[in-house]
Amino acid sequence: MQKYLTCALNWVDERFPLTANWKAHLSEYYAPKNFNFWYFFGSLAMLVLAIQIITGIFLTMNYKPDAELAFASVEYIMRDVNWGWLIRYMHSTGASMFFVVVYLHMFRGLLYGSYRGPRELIWLFGVGIFLCLMGEAFFGYLLPWGQMSYWGAQVIINLFTSIPFIGPDVSLWLRGDYMVSDATLNRFFAFHVIALPLVLVGLVVAHIIALHEVGSNNPDGIEIKKNKDPVTHIPLDGIPFHPYYTVKDIVGVVVFLMVFSAIVFFAPEMGGYFLEANNFIPADPLKTPPHIAPVWYFTPYYSILRAVPPLFNSQFPGVVAMGASVMAFAALPWLDKSPVKSIRYRGPKYKSWLAAFVVSFLILGYLGTEPSNVWGQFGAGVPLVGGADRATVVARVLTVVYFLFFALMPWYTKSDKTKPVPERVTG
Amino acid sequence: MKKLISLLALVMPLLAQANEGVHLDKAPINPANQASLQRGAKMFVNYCLNCHSASSMRYNRLKDIGLTEDEIKGNLMFAGEKVGEPMGIAMNKKEAKGWFGATPPDLSVIGRSRGADWLYTYLRGFYRDETRPTGWNNVAFDKVGMPHVLYELQGVQTLQTEEVKDADGNKVETHKLVLDKPGKLSPAEYDATVADLVNYLMFMSEPAKTTRMKLGILVLLFLGLMFIPAYYLKKEYWKDVH
Repeated sequence: MQKYLTCALNWVDERFPLTANWKAHLSEYYAPKNFNFWYFFGSLAMLVLAIQIITGIFLTMNYKPDAELAFASVEYIMRDVNWGWLIRYMHSTGASMFFVVVYLHMFRGLLYGSYRGPRELIWLFGVGIFLCLMGEAFFGYLLPWGQMSYWGAQVIINLFTSIPFIGPDVSLWLRGDYMVSDATLNRFFAFHVIALPLVLVGLVVAHIIALHEVGSNNPDGIEIKKNKDPVTHIPLDGIPFHPYYTVKDIVGVVVFLMVFSAIVFFAPEMGGYFLEANNFIPADPLKTPPHIAPVWYFTPYYSILRAVPPLFNSQFPGVVAMGASVMAFAALPWLDKSPVKSIRYRGPKYKSWLAAFVVSFLILGYLGTEPSNVWGQFGAGVPLVGGADRATVVARVLTVVYFLFFALMPWYTKSDKTKPVPERVTG
Repeated sequence: MKKLISLLALVMPLLAQANEGVHLDKAPINPANQASLQRGAKMFVNYCLNCHSASSMRYNRLKDIGLTEDEIKGNLMFAGEKVGEPMGIAMNKKEAKGWFGATPPDLSVIGRSRGADWLYTYLRGFYRDETRPTGWNNVAFDKVGMPHVLYELQGVQTLQTEEVKDADGNKVETHKLVLDKPGKLSPAEYDATVADLVNYLMFMSEPAKTTRMKLGILVLLFLGLMFIPAYYLKKEYWKDVH
């Protein structure tokens, strides 16, 4: 038996580098041995991507991308398709969990300086994946054709209207109609099920090829390739990805699936944050809901959009700020001038700025889910902000903090007091 | 890990429910009570399913609440449909809009868009208002187009406005529903009947919910068991990593 298998493998290897790839990416890819909790989220993001693609294929078999039929076809999936409710909830929960996992994965990058040289391209591919994911989420959210789907898409496409001169034509071109309609639904369906997934998978492959080219960073932010065994040339602090990290990631996958299943089976609406109550009302172009809020993963940027005051009666500055708030991540490799990568050896300045950034991001995210009068108004007698919505003022301050985290980074990282970095990985 | 917990603590307020403004009564429903669901289904086909359709709900799905196909055909179907057909209505949408000012919405997933408490408050919140074309208004849905279909059962309520002084001595208007003319049911019986109907509407919004909950426990148990070999496998492999 063994003989035949070896024979078959040789046959393949002479025609396709199967063993070579297995070695290069798994059994002889040496990853630092000190990965901690934060290093689960890369493999988990791959898992969620697989869940989304597989459940998505089955949803496509029963979903109708037609303004007349879309809403009912989702309910058909929920009731009449065998296990349709499970497939749909896995897909809707998967969308939110994708962002949970990716945000934690990105935060890991901020903690340990994973975006720093020589990993700039990994980071840029990552930002590309993040943008793609945002597109996927936005296009996919229109498909159930509920009130929030409809008006959410209407609001986002209308942002393009604020671009000077060409804005109205651009948004008309995007919609394919004078308002969000069947034409919009059809093109969004095409983007959601084929165009963006192709780009997404391509970027994920590029992300991993780039990672395996330069090697993984680690919680100490040091290069394990600098200390190699003189004979075998294997990094002294490296262990083969397979079996060590494959068996470790299985534990992560099981724990993640417990959280994922708890949501899918017991709280698929997640209190209205994963599936909104208003989206169980079919889209009605003549009835605007009183409060339109994007899904939670977009709310920090939505808050920034709302926080920026209009200029010459145009919302364009807010739109630019919103775009910049997402794109700012791409500049990180060139903004960070610290001599060390990991937060373990950084000084108080970076730690404080990172904390301020995370707090701003979370509070902006919360405010984006609420109407801007959620915290009431300042009293008329308060200087400068008298009478203004409290939440708007807070969002403005936090927007400034958000951007200062990026804008001041070259200075506070350079002048920060750092600790000496060890030669070899610790713990 | 500590950082993660503090992160989670910051996200928690997100999960708090948004406040709607109108005070909602808690619906006393129990989705496991099949007798209540069956009474609710009867209420639904008798009182709602003339103007409101439930186009995603097939009659034979009522088997999920303990009815047989013959019981469904004999007691809940009146218009000669087939038992596998969805709950449709004969009323023309355009005409309905003319009559009520708005097309009566399909109720397939109304439980998910409105929630049980809103429905329970709404169905008990009709009061007499001569300024409205139908003669009815509602505390949960101001200027609603729907007349009080269940008035025979509930009787006629009016909204009484009282001025009371709050803690700071300011005059505040409070509204109170008062039963002017009793109906066929006592207020307690009416509340129980509405609770049955709301229970049914919630079931109809997501018939798979009970299956989902039951299956979820098994899935979590399986994953809990799977954690044990996964954990020890990792531990075994990692013994030689220092």
